[in-house]
Amino acid sequence: MQNPSIEYDYTVAKWFSYLAILFGIIGMGIGVYIAFELAFPELNYVFGQYSLFSRLRPLHTNVVALGFTLSGIWATWYYVGQRVLKVSLKESPFLNGVAKLHFWLYFITALLAVISLFARYTTSKEYAQLEWPFDILVVIIWVLWGVGIFGLIGIRREKSLYISMWYYIATFLGVAMLYLFNNMEVPTYLVTGMGDPFHSVSMYAGTNDALVQWWFGHNAVAFVFTVPIIAMIYYFLPKESGQPVYSYKLSLLSFWGLMFVYLWAGGHHLIYSTVPDWMQTMGSVFSIILILPSWGSALNMLLTMKGEWGQLKSNPLIKFMVLASTFYMLSTLEGPIQSIKSVNALAHFTDWIPGHVHDGTLGWVGFMIISAIMHMAPRFFKREIYSKKMLEAQFWLQTTGIVLYFSSMWIAGITQGMMWRAVDQYGNLAYSFIDTVTVLHPYYTLRAIGGLFYLTGVLMWAYNFYKTMTAAKQIEKEPQFASPMAA
Amino acid sequence: MFGWLEKRPFFFAVGVFVVIAFAGLIEIVPDFAQASRPVVGTKPYSLLELAGRQVYIKESCNACHSQLIRPFKSETDRYGMYSMSGEYAYDRPFLWGSKRTGPDLHRVGNYRTSDWHANHMWDPTSVVPGSIMPAYKHLFKNVTDLETAYAEALTVKKVFNVPYDTDIDGDGKIDVKLGSFDEAKQRALKYALKVAKETKRQDLVNMVENGKIPEIVALIAYLNRLK
Repeated sequence: MQNPSIEYDYTVAKWFSYLAILFGIIGMGIGVYIAFELAFPELNYVFGQYSLFSRLRPLHTNVVALGFTLSGIWATWYYVGQRVLKVSLKESPFLNGVAKLHFWLYFITALLAVISLFARYTTSKEYAQLEWPFDILVVIIWVLWGVGIFGLIGIRREKSLYISMWYYIATFLGVAMLYLFNNMEVPTYLVTGMGDPFHSVSMYAGTNDALVQWWFGHNAVAFVFTVPIIAMIYYFLPKESGQPVYSYKLSLLSFWGLMFVYLWAGGHHLIYSTVPDWMQTMGSVFSIILILPSWGSALNMLLTMKGEWGQLKSNPLIKFMVLASTFYMLSTLEGPIQSIKSVNALAHFTDWIPGHVHDGTLGWVGFMIISAIMHMAPRFFKREIYSKKMLEAQFWLQTTGIVLYFSSMWIAGITQGMMWRAVDQYGNLAYSFIDTVTVLHPYYTLRAIGGLFYLTGVLMWAYNFYKTMTAAKQIEKEPQFASPMAA
Repeated sequence: MFGWLEKRPFFFAVGVFVVIAFAGLIEIVPDFAQASRPVVGTKPYSLLELAGRQVYIKESCNACHSQLIRPFKSETDRYGMYSMSGEYAYDRPFLWGSKRTGPDLHRVGNYRTSDWHANHMWDPTSVVPGSIMPAYKHLFKNVTDLETAYAEALTVKKVFNVPYDTDIDGDGKIDVKLGSFDEAKQRALKYALKVAKETKRQDLVNMVENGKIPEIVALIAYLNRLK
């Protein structure tokens, strides 16, 4: 129960919420744009070389993953952390200062990162494109967050760490380890005193570099798109629905299982590559095992709603969260299927892979961040949510968008994979490569439209949030469970 | 045990770290040394090729093109011999990519020519009707940053013992010369002039003759090297 004597400080949580909305619009806006480029290549030249697909694609992934998602994670951390530890940031001027420094340094680094990517500075490694000076800033940001987490834990009143805390701690540790090892690079200017000071060269070569990169890349997905999002749902779903978490034992099994199994699965990005065969097999096998802890968390959340399914009808935030866990289940079943060697042979390098990524990120990550921020909004501003109808409409529009996205990419990916391997009656390849590109035009168009639906939903969310902040009806005291909303 | 851990954040964090670090150690460490050995005949990139590789990275070509031929008949028929680990021994970073919006390029040097690349990068649909790849016209004007390429070559030579200025195959000759920056630059200019002439574009030849290598020439030198 809430301790009435503690007044929580939501300043930094609010800032990160604004940033999540801003980066959501920018990152997904770029995403929609480049999706249309694949269907209509003339769009590549609208802003000269700065709108080429290859220039914008890393910007899209970085802004949504390291902008929108991280901001969403930190918005919730600066809200949830205080509440589950029963201590206010106000009580420690030091930790409050660290939190604000964390925000501003992150904001500045994000801006520099965007500029550097536009200016062609990239290490080429997916989700780790930033060059070494920015990597150092990222490390400082991460240390500041660590000080914040463990500092707050140090002055906590609630001795036992709630489930969400486990996941936030794991996010901190996991990303720290992965990021440090994957970004080991030698700045060439420091060695030779000539050339571009920002340039660096990777510590690892070839196959080793690939192995480290996908150990990182896969687990960046784990510790940015999965672990902290589970932290969110373990807090916000029980809170919004007023239901206790279904099973403590299931949460234990899921947490420790996920921690142990997830890291092994990175090898599934390298099936049929030149990394040793045993490692590919390990990646495959552990990906299948990963279904257990993933579905454990998702089922634990769905069962939390047991006997309360009526809320699904009456509360759009519950809709978002329940569908988020459902998409989490879909995504964590699809991933292991793609990791089976024979399926991977077909699916790898095709559009089925971005399709898979997006049912996880749009359906699970996006929906959780959207609903978490809308749950926090009435608590931030002591006002009702501005419009329930708009939230409902947003939900259906975005859900339609996701379905269009992944279904078109399933078809595109499998079509492409089948055409690459198709042979005629004499055993010669049946299609030239360009045939397998032009055939995708209708699916690329559909995908872009799906993305546009989702982006429109994000704009509705931003508007609804803004109106909640400025114009919605004021409420006297902080709501306990379901967020109040005007029709 | 778990209840105990949940009241002791330090031990909890240590526990989490051990559990997640375990897999990385077992997967990455055992084969690390073996995976970095070059196959016979693999040579480091010359200065111009390395500069071209940097252009390839800067333009994120790897967002749409892979450099990894998998051991299937459908792939070896289309792209050539499947890729082997030792061929990547001097690739820092690796450029396997994760998506083939365009075709694989690991052995593109075997079946495309300099003038094909120049035409293609100027206007892709002129040689591949229906292509959705954008044109890269700015590469025909940008001047290659040879200094940074040299800095990279010298760094990998010093730090990782990449065999520049070395007789790799034991035939008594130095295989890939680097030397001082001026020597390396002269060699790169000579090589660039040959590539520029192959493109049959006078503007590129003129630029190289004026001592400025257009990025497209370096990029083509790199692509031709991929075999």
